[in-house]
Amino acid sequence: MVELSNYLVLGAILFSLGVAGIFLNRKNAIILLMSIELILLAVNFNFIAFSHYLADIQGQVFVFFILTVAAAESAIGLAILVVLFRNTNTINVGDLDSMKG
Amino acid sequence: MTFEMPDFSLALPEIWVLSMACLVLVVDLFAKGRESALAFHLVQFTLLTTVWLSIETQWGLKATTFSGTYVADKFACLLKVAICVLSFLVFAYSRDYLRKRELLRGDFFLLGLLGVLGMMIMASAHSLLTVYLGLELVELCLFAMVAYDRENRVSSEAAMKYFVLAALSSGMLLYGMSMVYGAAQSLDLAQIAAIAANGESGLLLAFGLTFILVGVAFKFGAVPFHMWIPDVYQGALTPVTVYVGTAPKIAAVALFVRLLVDGLGALHDQWQVMATIIAVGSLAVGNLFALVQTNIKRMLGYSTIAHVGFLFLGFIAGTEEGYSAALFYAITYGLMAAGAFGVVILLSRRGFEADLIEDMKGLNDRHSGFAVVMLILMFSLTGVPGTVGFYAKWLVLKSVIDVNMVWLAVVAVIFAVIGAFYYLRVIRMVYFDRRTDGEPLEAPAGLRVVLAGNGLAVLALGIFPDSLITACKAALAG
Repeated sequence: MVELSNYLVLGAILFSLGVAGIFLNRKNAIILLMSIELILLAVNFNFIAFSHYLADIQGQVFVFFILTVAAAESAIGLAILVVLFRNTNTINVGDLDSMKG
Repeated sequence: MTFEMPDFSLALPEIWVLSMACLVLVVDLFAKGRESALAFHLVQFTLLTTVWLSIETQWGLKATTFSGTYVADKFACLLKVAICVLSFLVFAYSRDYLRKRELLRGDFFLLGLLGVLGMMIMASAHSLLTVYLGLELVELCLFAMVAYDRENRVSSEAAMKYFVLAALSSGMLLYGMSMVYGAAQSLDLAQIAAIAANGESGLLLAFGLTFILVGVAFKFGAVPFHMWIPDVYQGALTPVTVYVGTAPKIAAVALFVRLLVDGLGALHDQWQVMATIIAVGSLAVGNLFALVQTNIKRMLGYSTIAHVGFLFLGFIAGTEEGYSAALFYAITYGLMAAGAFGVVILLSRRGFEADLIEDMKGLNDRHSGFAVVMLILMFSLTGVPGTVGFYAKWLVLKSVIDVNMVWLAVVAVIFAVIGAFYYLRVIRMVYFDRRTDGEPLEAPAGLRVVLAGNGLAVLALGIFPDSLITACKAALAG
């Protein structure tokens, strides 16, 4: 029998990986999008685990909404990435430094 | 489980905005080449009618519909009115700016209107799901608006930074929500409030609470989650900056009140400490960094952070007066910020953004009327007695003193005095510095009228603040 806490620990690990991916990554902006996706999937994991163990359907409904919104968010994120690449010819995160102060 | 027909009439303002957004989408498709005048007027008409609809259908009510996920009450109603009025101002400022730069398309106003819809949903949210959906609707529109000028390198860079940080903060907020769901076994805010009040499953709730507070602080742009504010304010087109800087702040108050007061209000003791750190940090970082800016949009960005710190004092107090003071602060700040950016838009021309503080030089020689408007706005942002900014600051300070946190009020006042320096510097530029190339202003009559009206509104609210204060108190009293 897999305990609820096991799922929560897995969710926490995935979430931390996603956050670490955003802050440690200095090279590629696409990795940022992947990290964001990972964070949202970790949240989905939590919701489904709770939903199953609490025998309550609302959490799984929430997951469907998160999946849909995540798809829309990736679409906009990739669109911004394309615009950025056309203007700067790079998707290197380190080069995004034209504003300071 | 039976299916119950939801009471659609309660959600009439949102339904109206959604239908009009669909109409604008179609109209704009077939009305190409006429500078999107029709889309603009339709959007402005929608916003004004929504103000009327919200007051007519929601003021004085307290009812939920859509299986308890949507609530119509005074708080939601007041926020919707404020959001629509501020967005009306913003669009009125935007039109001329965009037309001069040949960027005037219906999309801008359409995205803005959908953003308004998202903010209205947040104001009326009564379940974690509705909070999240409203928030994402706003964010997705804002991403697209920040990147609106596709040829502009700085805009796209600002959009990328905003996208990543906002998506991260949504992730934080969601993670917190999943924990709260696990503890409360429900997404309904009333049920969460009941579970939080009886004190069981404390650890899980406290864990979720922390993440939710982080997510909300991100949306406000409070320290240490403020990194996106200066870059987005500076990088985005000025009309987008003023949109980002006004109505979404009010929506953020909705987010805070719905999640942390309506939902987790019983845990006030736990989030009070975190909110205090956020408030003091915001006051310090916002005011000190604003001192050294040369770009006025960036300076106003840091000043936003400082004002968010002030606004948080009302939340920290944790009383009904405190929350209504924070609401009053957000609404009046939105009005002042809209005016200040309006002056920046007024001074700009094609190929000249007027986004340096030096560009304010000699405004008094060019047009003494708008110099007075800028004077009122800057005095009000400083909090000089007699302006509405003074009442806003006074109310939040009074609320923290009432709960015996005098030290916090003292810290806030000290930073407000430091903040006075950079606002007064702008006034010095306007009145006492001369410039050689002082051309007359070339803004159309519509923009001038709206800007003058905005200045007058700030002045009038400074003289007669009572009605708005009463409305804010009534909104929080439920």
